[in-house]
Amino acid sequence: MTPADQAEIRRRQRSRAIIMAVLLGAFVILVYAISIAKMGLTG
Amino acid sequence: MNSAAINNQAQALTADWRDLLALTKPRVMTLVVFTGLAGLLVAPVRLPPALAFTAILCIALGAGAAAALNMWWEADIDALMKRTASRPLPAGRMERQTALHFGVGLAFFSVVLMGVATNWLAAAILAASILFYVFVYTIWLKRRTPQNIVIGGAAGAFPPVIGWAAATGDVATLPLILFALIFLWTPPHFWALSLFVRSDYAKAGVPMLPVVAGAHATRIQILLYSAPMAAAALAPWALGLAGPVYGIAAALLSGFFVLLAAQLLASRAAEPEAMKAEKRLFAFSIVYLFAIFGALVADRWIAL
Repeated sequence: MTPADQAEIRRRQRSRAIIMAVLLGAFVILVYAISIAKMGLTG
Repeated sequence: MNSAAINNQAQALTADWRDLLALTKPRVMTLVVFTGLAGLLVAPVRLPPALAFTAILCIALGAGAAAALNMWWEADIDALMKRTASRPLPAGRMERQTALHFGVGLAFFSVVLMGVATNWLAAAILAASILFYVFVYTIWLKRRTPQNIVIGGAAGAFPPVIGWAAATGDVATLPLILFALIFLWTPPHFWALSLFVRSDYAKAGVPMLPVVAGAHATRIQILLYSAPMAAAALAPWALGLAGPVYGIAAALLSGFFVLLAAQLLASRAAEPEAMKAEKRLFAFSIVYLFAIFGALVADRWIAL
């Protein structure tokens, strides 16, 4: 594997990690919203 | 092997996120999301926005999972067809295992989230639609019979039923008619496409109807299917489940669809470049489905 390959793999890992972080953050907000909505239904 | 191929192989170990996104066939997903949303909006129960959003998200993720697993299984034939050769797997930009893990993970996530956010009937139908698409259509039927898309089309017909079930926890006549409508719409839609990409399917050994039975037999089948499709489109109005706005829209749209299918029967074009009628029907079939579901939702809103 050449240094250029390694650099490309690192770049992809970094962008995937950033997207994963954003998606996890969005998931937390979604679960919060689902919980509030569900409490509204039962209440 | 040239150096570009070696680089590609090394880099395929870590897939680019754009290639993971491409596995979900985002363009097909828009139709799935739209019909699922329509099923949810015409249901008599109003879901809180957060739950309605989650239900649609789950339908989209489930469709994406099914698409990824489809590409995982079909990498070999995708490589043979011009239309699909540049997908992430046949182009060698990703390991096959990555697509499998991504698809299975996304499928589980979408089904569990649907169950938790709405109800387990909707989650079960979502799971059934993913399993049907992957096992019945992709793995079992696609390479074996020209009836592949007729039966496999059922997988794409599930979204309005899932949307309805997510809202009501139940399945009723209207979502089942919508299921029948998409089910009967799928063969004319795909056969019109397969008429002008026939050489590709033949090369990959996929037994699409034009490859097995010829172009003329396919054109007859397209017209034969468009008649019951039009009947299914009119059924909600005829049964009093939708109002006149929908009834008029369904009659006009379906009438035009059948007209295009009849024009197609007269077509003798053998080369893809000359297949104007085929391309017109294919393009209109997409507009048709969007418009008819849009009309159903508009009809429901006007009635309220």
